[in-house]
Amino acid sequence: MNWLSTIIRPRIRSIVNEQKDVPDNLWSKCPKCDGMLFHKELKASKNVCYHCNFHMTITVKQRLELLFDDAKYEKIALPKVPHDPLKFKHRKKYVDQLKDAQSKTGEREALVIGKGTIGGQNTVVAAFNFAFIGGSMGTAVGEGIVRAAQEAVQTKSALIVIPASGGARMQEGMLSLMQMPRTIIAADMVKEQGLPYIVLLTNPTTGGVSASFAMVGDIHIAEPGATVGFAGRRVIEETVRETLPDDFQTAEYLLDHGMVDMVVERTKLHHEIAKLLCLLMSPTTDTKKLKGSGYGDQSKDAKGKNSTSTPKTKGTKASVRKASDLAKEPANKSADTQKNAPKSAKTSQ
Amino acid sequence: MSQLEFEKQIIEVEGKITELKNMSSESSANMADELQRMEKKVHKLLTQTYSKLTPAQKVQVARHQNRPHFLDYVNVLFDDFTLLAGDRNFANDEALLGGIGRFQGQSCVIIGQERGHDTESRLKHNFGMARPEGYRKAQRLMKMAEQFNLPIITLVDTAGAYPGLGAEERGQSEAIAKSIETCLNVSVPIISIIIGEGGSGGAIAIATADRIYMLEHSIYSVISPEGCASILWRSRDFADEAATALKITAQDIEKLGLIDGIIAEPVGGAHRAKAETIQNVADQIAKALKQLTPWDADKLKAARRQKFLSFGQAA
Ligand SMILES: [Zn+2]
Repeated sequence: MNWLSTIIRPRIRSIVNEQKDVPDNLWSKCPKCDGMLFHKELKASKNVCYHCNFHMTITVKQRLELLFDDAKYEKIALPKVPHDPLKFKHRKKYVDQLKDAQSKTGEREALVIGKGTIGGQNTVVAAFNFAFIGGSMGTAVGEGIVRAAQEAVQTKSALIVIPASGGARMQEGMLSLMQMPRTIIAADMVKEQGLPYIVLLTNPTTGGVSASFAMVGDIHIAEPGATVGFAGRRVIEETVRETLPDDFQTAEYLLDHGMVDMVVERTKLHHEIAKLLCLLMSPTTDTKKLKGSGYGDQSKDAKGKNSTSTPKTKGTKASVRKASDLAKEPANKSADTQKNAPKSAKTSQ
Repeated sequence: MSQLEFEKQIIEVEGKITELKNMSSESSANMADELQRMEKKVHKLLTQTYSKLTPAQKVQVARHQNRPHFLDYVNVLFDDFTLLAGDRNFANDEALLGGIGRFQGQSCVIIGQERGHDTESRLKHNFGMARPEGYRKAQRLMKMAEQFNLPIITLVDTAGAYPGLGAEERGQSEAIAKSIETCLNVSVPIISIIIGEGGSGGAIAIATADRIYMLEHSIYSVISPEGCASILWRSRDFADEAATALKITAQDIEKLGLIDGIIAEPVGGAHRAKAETIQNVADQIAKALKQLTPWDADKLKAARRQKFLSFGQAA
């Protein structure tokens, strides 16, 4: 399930290394169009090639800063799990592989959880780190997604999960396969509360990760060019000998085939997600009134206003129905609410 | 392909026994003695071999073409078994089959992969590798079970979901994910038996159950040993090592606490004694059904959720 990682990793590695080693005033090459990219400009474009729009990987930290209002979020620690349950050993020991990944990334596992607001709406984001053993999903990642879902439920927040993963962590054997149902339970816990569950598919999302929590979202968003699919391209070519189209398993291909709601460029992600969260979590507030208070704007524009208009204070303005109201459900069944909130009706099931 | 390398000696003696039996017209006391001696020998060899199969050998046994398959089970275990076809959307998948039937008096929905037993049937059933239509048919049948308050029994036997262009086009990932989600949320008992090979996402799509059992020599794995070897060892030649490292045998998985029990196979494996194996599976299904009946839908779902949430949690 993790077969893609072996193909993709070398390319990614070269990108990551280049960025670390080369000083800011140097150029690098776009891996897709070979265009020269000035590092400062690349940073401003969020690692998107400004010649051909190729979306290179960004660090999880950059990813979270990009999404949250004012680039501000609080990190939530991953729960502890037994690591290396199988005492797995291939050409090297899995425990050593884990240590290497930890020292390389500075993170304990392939998932980082942050909480804050997006468009003023309470949101928990769980983002995969592809640099950590191909972003593969083992017990720690699965438990992290469960933790993120619990946090979303407790704080009446939306949950956004951002896979960047070759699939299951095969070094954990069957325990990694069991993370498929586990993470779907996590998604269901959020959905049952009438809270939005959004999946942001980034490059790559394959195998057991694509066939679990990543495909049960209320809304599926994909980054341009991201590879998303179940079986790896090479596996399909080898086993089935079918000719595959050039755009096979790309975000755009998935959009064509009805598997994602939209393909959104990285620089527009904050705006789109903020808009969606406002629509879903504040269904009776005119979104225009929310503009300038964090909604859809870059952090610098919204800074001053946003800090004063947290979802709580904003709610007082124009009878905003917040996530917290939605989740309370039975207590909240005024005639008005029932009329206008088809979304929350589902929670009673 | 039907002959397992490690069974060579056993199959030789078995062949001689058949020969002797065929000559039974001229049987003598001497020959009867010889026959008995040889049968004892085979039994001893089988007992020895099968008590210490390596994980790699289990992979071969689990995939053996003469093992009882889905249709062998349903034809014996269910009265009035009726196949139901189609996902009501695109096609009828022939790899993942399902229907209704009566198990010891109780109507049930039965779902599982059929691998086929010869070239023709294997092609028909796509070697037991389902496309999205299969997993969508499974969802449809599970919801029907819920509608009529019938328990669900799944028999899992697949190398994995089918890796193909059309399958990807039609959302293999989504079909599997939704199938797991449906398993998790149905309001009726769901019992799964891994009867041969439990291949990754294609298996767990219908094996997210209240009770999960494995046949003694079946395997269940997150990735095929060959696939794992080609990635982690950079060569399929290390499939045996991968089979051991991945802990894919029923015995290993029971130790990990991920299944509810192991169903014994007759000496020499299910491929030597179909009827007895099927009976053992029936006994286990009956026991599990008894444990789960009568059911309270909410408690059942909560317990199922808790069961899966606990996998991998720190103790
Ligand atoms: Zn470029």
